[in-house]
This record gives sequence, structure tokens and C-alpha cells, in this order.
Amino acid sequence: MVAPETITAASGTGAIGGAIQYAWVIALLPFVAAALTLFFGKRTPGQGAVYGITALAAGFVMALAVLWHFVTGGGTYAPPGVEWFTIGPLHLEVGQFVDGLTAVMLVVVTGVSLAVHVYSLGYMHGDVRFTWFYVVLSLFTGAMLTVVVANNLLMLLVGWEIMGVCSYLLIGHWWEEHENSSAAIKAFITTRVGDVPFMFGIFALIFATGFTTTNIAHIGETIAEPGTSSALVTAAALLLFGGAIGKSAQFPLHVWLPDAMAGPTPVSALIHAATMVAAGVYLVGRMFEVFVHADPFVLTIVSVIAAITTLGAAFLALVQDDIKRVLAYSTLSQLAYMVAGLSLGPDGVSAGFFHLFTHAFFKALLFLGAGSVIHAVHSNNMSDMGGLKDEMPVTFWTFLIGSAALAGVFPLAGFWSKDELLVGAWEHNQWLFFVLLAVAVMTAFYMTRCVLLTFFGTYRGTAHPHESPPVMTGPLVGLAGASVVAGFLGAPQLGAVFGDWVYFEHPHDASFVFWVALVGTLAAAGGILIGYPLYRERRERDPLMAFPRAWNLLQHRYYIDDFYMRGIVYPIRDRVSAGVNWTNQHILDGAVNGAAWAARGIATFVNWIDRTFVDGLVNAVGGLTGATGGLLKYLQTGNVQWYAVVLFVGVVALTIVFVQIA
Amino acid sequence: MIRLPFVLVFSTLLFSTGVYGVLARRNAVMVLMSIELMLNAVNVNFVAFSSSLQDVGGQIFALFIIAVAAAEVGIGLAIVILLFRNRASINVDEVNLLKW
Amino acid sequence: MTAQEYAFAVIAAVGSISAIAVVTARNVVHAALYLVVALLSVGATFLLLGAEFAGWVQILIYVGAIVILFLFGLMLTKAPIGRDTLDNNRRWLAALVALGVFAGLVFLIQEAFPFDSEQFPVFRATTAAVGDSMFRDYVLPFEAISFLLLAALIGAIVLARKDEGN
Repeated sequence: MVAPETITAASGTGAIGGAIQYAWVIALLPFVAAALTLFFGKRTPGQGAVYGITALAAGFVMALAVLWHFVTGGGTYAPPGVEWFTIGPLHLEVGQFVDGLTAVMLVVVTGVSLAVHVYSLGYMHGDVRFTWFYVVLSLFTGAMLTVVVANNLLMLLVGWEIMGVCSYLLIGHWWEEHENSSAAIKAFITTRVGDVPFMFGIFALIFATGFTTTNIAHIGETIAEPGTSSALVTAAALLLFGGAIGKSAQFPLHVWLPDAMAGPTPVSALIHAATMVAAGVYLVGRMFEVFVHADPFVLTIVSVIAAITTLGAAFLALVQDDIKRVLAYSTLSQLAYMVAGLSLGPDGVSAGFFHLFTHAFFKALLFLGAGSVIHAVHSNNMSDMGGLKDEMPVTFWTFLIGSAALAGVFPLAGFWSKDELLVGAWEHNQWLFFVLLAVAVMTAFYMTRCVLLTFFGTYRGTAHPHESPPVMTGPLVGLAGASVVAGFLGAPQLGAVFGDWVYFEHPHDASFVFWVALVGTLAAAGGILIGYPLYRERRERDPLMAFPRAWNLLQHRYYIDDFYMRGIVYPIRDRVSAGVNWTNQHILDGAVNGAAWAARGIATFVNWIDRTFVDGLVNAVGGLTGATGGLLKYLQTGNVQWYAVVLFVGVVALTIVFVQIA
Repeated sequence: MIRLPFVLVFSTLLFSTGVYGVLARRNAVMVLMSIELMLNAVNVNFVAFSSSLQDVGGQIFALFIIAVAAAEVGIGLAIVILLFRNRASINVDEVNLLKW
Repeated sequence: MTAQEYAFAVIAAVGSISAIAVVTARNVVHAALYLVVALLSVGATFLLLGAEFAGWVQILIYVGAIVILFLFGLMLTKAPIGRDTLDNNRRWLAALVALGVFAGLVFLIQEAFPFDSEQFPVFRATTAAVGDSMFRDYVLPFEAISFLLLAALIGAIVLARKDEGN
């Protein structure tokens, strides 16, 4: 995180220099595209993909302009936000905070998203929910960009949560298959488990500012003041990291990422390689002021978790048959690399984000390439592949470049970022250095395995593979190019300009330590050299099956998923839910039914009273009238003389009365 | 010359007899006759007071009453004849269609 | 007791007895004849009281016309010749009522005009005086009466004629 500086004028031409003021538009464009696609997509030729692609193309160009501002030496741009609403002393706002990190993230997100949007034209062609796919894809991109440009934690949280929902929707895009919808739910709930501590972390930070603001810059200032409680800051740091664990799939909330491969491959490329999972890392970087002022053991915990994740995931990647699973575990491992870099302290911030930057490109490339292969052979499993390098040359070469970048082969992007991380680890946290080195070996090994099994040997499947259409191979080439050149932005020999953009407190000077680079290259070479002979020829049994107990443990993913399901999910579902249901049915519904029954009883009683007394009274009056009439009718004899008798009797009586009165 | 109360008592006697006749006789014509008795009693009353008060108006009124009585008897008998024609009986007890 | 009073006593006795006979006779024709006697006695009373015009008119109209009318009525309604059945069931109640009326009225009379009050001179209302008063003071009622008689005449005819359709 950058301590806020005064807005310095951007050098450069007017239009491009002024673009930084409109960084928020970059985040807004995909939302507009999503709305347009939602309402007009089906009627637009091409089923509505054009809105998203246009929005992202424009966004990418604008993002480059924003980055140019920093390339030319400009400073952070942090205008005051627009007031959203106020609760007592707490001011909630909507605003942007654009520093080098933001600019880099903007470029990454828009670039990869654009590539995925274009790629999906081919991959999702003919899909039953093509238009909806683009809606959610654009929506997701908008949400990620919101997280990136947000200047306050609440706005960040909004984008964060929208991303979670979009991830759920996209993973479950083919929800007709039960396992897809299950994977979507698993992803959503697992990240939610991480979001709870995240929110509490936000509350803690708001509390630290005396309930006045969620603005990140202000929070940073408040924490830097000596009066702030250290315990509070430490707690906030741990809680925030909880959110990062969930979103970035670190141990122990990593379980959703492999299952998330049930979604379409472009989704995996965008969300689960380059952007959403990077959001957790971004959060730690953005809130690094908190981590710096917390107790040092927080960063130790971070590095431990990162180490566990990176090693564990690397081992898991060795034994997968599904090509996407290999890449998924690889992503877990590389994310942990980034987190490990951040855990090294202020010096590691640049390195960690540099790796995020490069990783986004080559991992997206690998996923899209895998998608291309899957599209061709109609299967995810490498046991159905083989010998594809001749039928699918473009895919093969780009995939190879991506794999090499991932493995850290000089002079591709991965080499430079991995090197910086190794240097930083050696300087600050030496045990971490050895962990990262071991993982580098394994990374090279499993990518070699992957490439060999997929593209070399003889074809083992039943489909007729052919190269993918240009809409799909175009983005592959673009990303391959990025994988090649992106590393140079952080190369010390070339000025390590990346460190001038993304840093903590002061620009980072990347140094080139020769022996570290050598060791890194040897690690990569070692991994490749071990893997090559083992997998060059396809064998019936995977060579790693020679370690049966380890193989089983890895196939069962260390039984962590089983533990979660049997230890947590099933007891809640079967016991707690059943108990809650019983309470609801018998106690709550019982109370409601009881009230209804009582009301009915009262109503019956009132009815009885009404019928017996009130109606009885009315009926009695009627009866009385009838009885009186029945008696009076006897006066009507029909006989005139009788009437005369009565008359005379009356006359006599009245006479007496009047006489008496007189 | 004649003390007024005596005449009045005579008139009352005639009137009461008429009342009895109206209430008790079965034949409709007998009822009408009884009514004539009552009217005559009234006439006696009028003339007695006319003589007592030395005012000729009482007499004149008695004449009017005689005229009215004549008219009433005419109509009454017409009705009785009509009744007899429709019901073949002038027994007032049998004319009770308005009985409950 | 003056001579007129004696005469009046005789006439009143005759009149009363015949009136009672009217209402109690079993033979309706006898009743009509008793009515004649009663009406005659009333006429005599008028003469005694000095109302000569009223007296002769009484005899003329009542005895001469109305009783004839009654007799015609009796004939046309097939009055039973000879003894008739008894009067209706309520004759005891009727007797009671009649007695009550009589008692009440007598009580009123004797309260207003005590028996031992002085006698009054005979008021000789000549026919001329009657005619004078009639056509001077009471001419309107006189005309009204004539209308009444006309209406009664027409009414009786209308009521009693036989309908063609029936």
C-alpha cells in the first residue's frame, strides 16, 4: 500500500495524462456492457458478445493510458470520493485511488479479460446460454475492476462479493450436471467462510479510526499514529488475511479451486488464474500498512500458510490426469508464491506483485491453451490426449511458451519474477527460500509432464483433433507475447521499472544476484530433465505410482476434502439442519398453529355466544311479537257486532277515565 | 214543565236498549232497527235541550238527524239486500270473512 | 209532578217497553211493529216538549217511511215468519255493556242535572220559527243534507240493482 501523496501532475500529453482522472470509467464500462448484453444481447448479431468485447477493448486502452501516467513518472492520484451516505460519524463514500499497483492491475485485468472475451467467441460458440455467459463475464470484470480502483474498504467489499457471485454463476454455467452446481456452491461457500473474518477485519479497522471512515488512505494514516492499539491492528491484519485465504485459495480454504475447474475453461482462465484469485493477494498488498504495523508474527503466519499451500499444491499437481486440474494446482502453488513474497515484508511487495503480473499472463495462456486442446479432443483427461503438436501447432507452441514461463526458464517472464522472489526470500526468510526452490523444481517437473503427455507421443483418444479457429488462437498468441516481454519490466538489467510503479513506501530497486538466478535456472532445468525421460514415452502406469502410499494420499488430496465433508458439512446438514427443522416444525410452527387453534377456539366460543344469546335475543323478540300477534288475532273475529262491543266497552272505559280526571 | 233529567233518562234508556240490540241481534235488519233506536234517543236529547235552553237550533238539528237517519237506512238496507244476494243469509255471525 | 210530567211518564213507559221489545222479540216482524210504537212515543215526546214540527216530521218520516222500508227489507231478505232462533252468543256481554252504558250515562246526567232542579217553561217552537231559523241560520247544512240525500238515493240504487253480467 502506498502512503497517500499529494496528487502530482502527470507528465505526458494532455489526453493520456488526463486519463488517470477517469480510471473509474474503466471499472464502469464492463457494468454497462453487462447491462446492455443482458437486455439487448439476444437481439444483437453475434448474440451480444460485442458489448463486452468493446467495453474491454476500450478499457484496456484506457488502462494502458493510466499506466503510461506512472511510466512517465507520475504520482498517485487519490481524489476525494463522492459521499454515499453517512451513519452517525461514519462516512461512506464511493471513490477511486489510483497508484502504480492499481494501474498494473487495471492493465492485467482488462488485458486478460479481453483475451478471454475474444476467446469465448470460439469456445462458447453454440452454447445454450451464450449471451448470459457474456453478461456474467462482463459483470465479473466490472466487479474486479471495482475492487482494484476502490479507495475505501466498503466499495472494495462490494466488488469482492459481486465477484464471488459471478464466480458461482460461471462455475455453475453448465448446471445441468450436478457436479458443476455442487462445485459452484462449494466455491461460493468456501470463499464466504473467508469473507466473514474479512468483514470483521473491516469492522476492526473502522473501529480503529473511531468509526469515521472506511477510506483506505485514512485508515493507513490512523494506524501509523502511535496511539493506535497494536492488538487491534494485529487482529485486523489476521482477519483481513482470512479473506485473502478464502479468495486466493490458500490452505485451509483451498479446496474449492480444483473443483472450480468444472466451469468452462475461459472462466478458469479469467477468474481462477488471473483475476479473482489474485484479489486476495491484491487485498494484502493494498492493506499492507496494516500488516506492517501488526505484530510481526502475523507475517510469519502468512509465510507459513503460503509455504504449506505452495508445497502441498505442487505435490498434488504431480499426479493429476485432468489437464485443468494440473493447472489449477499450479495456480494454487503460484498464488502461494505471491503470498510468500508479500510475507517477506515491505521489500517483498514489489516482488510478489511482479509475480502476480507475470503469472496472470502465462497462466491465462495455459488455461486458454488447455481449453483449445479440450475443445479439440472433447475430453479433459491427458490420458485421452497425446501427439497433438502436429495437429495443433499454434496451441502447442503457445502452450510451450507458457509452460516455460511458468517453469521459470530464462528469459521468459516467469524467470524474472521467480528470481526476484528467491532473492527476497534469501534476504529475509531463508527457510522460505528452500521451500520456494523445491517448488520451482516441482513446477518445472509437472509442467514438463503435462506438455509431454498432451502434445507428444501418439494420440490416444477417439476424436479428430484439429487446430482451433483464429478467435481462439489469436488470444493465445497475444498472451504468449505478453509472457515473453512482461518479464522485462522487472528485469534489473533493464531498470526494473516495475519496482518504480508497485512498491511499499519507497520504490523498490530490484537487484540481480547471479547465484540466485543460477540456482533458479538449475532448479527449472532439473525439473525438466527429470520429467522428460519419465514421460516422453507414454506408459501404462504413471511412473509416480511407484510410491503407492504417496500416490494414494495425493489422489485423495490429503483427505482434506473428506475431512471437511464428513467433519463439518454432513454433521451440519444432518444434525444441525435436522434439529433446526424440528424446532421450526414443532416449536415455531407449533406456536403459530397453537395461536391459530386458540383463535379458532375463541372464535367458536364467540360464535356460540352470538348464536345463543344475541340471536336468541333477536329470535325471542320475534317470537314474542309473533306470540303477541297470535294472541291479538283473536280480536279479529270478522264479526262486526263484536267490534261494536269492543268499541262500546272502550267508550265506557274512556268516559270513566275522563270523568275521573275531571 | 217537564224536569230535564227525566227526559234525559228516557233518552238514555232508549240509547242503551239500542246498544243492546246492535250488539246482540243476529239479523242484520234488526241491527239497523236498533241503530234507529239509538238515533231517536239522540233526537230526544236534542229536543229536550232545545226546549230547556229555549233555542230552536236543537230542534233543527234533530230534523237533520232524521234526514241523515233516513239516508242511512236506505243505504244500509241496500247493503243488506246485496249481502243477502251474495250469501243467501243476513245472519251477521256468518259474515266473518275477515276472521283471522 | 205536573200534568205534562204525568203524560210524559206514561209515554216514556210505553216507549221504553216497546224499545225493549224491539230488541228482544223473537219474531222480526213483531220487532218492526214494536219499533213503530217506540217511534210513535218518541214523536209524542217531541210534541209534549213543544217541538210540533219535529214531532210531526218524526211520525211522518220515521213511522211512515222508514219502518215501511224496514218491512220491505225484511221481506226481500226472506225474514223468517214466526219465531226465530235466539240471538247470538254474546247477548250477555251485550247486556252488560248496555247496562254499563246506561249506568254511566245516568250517572253523568244526574251529576249535571240534579233531579230536583226547577222546571222550565214549555218552549213553543212554532213551525214558522223553525223555518225562519232553518233558512236563515242553518241554510248551509240544509243544502248539504239535500246533497246527502241525493247521494244516498243514488248509492242505494247502484248498490241494490242487479248486475247484468252476474
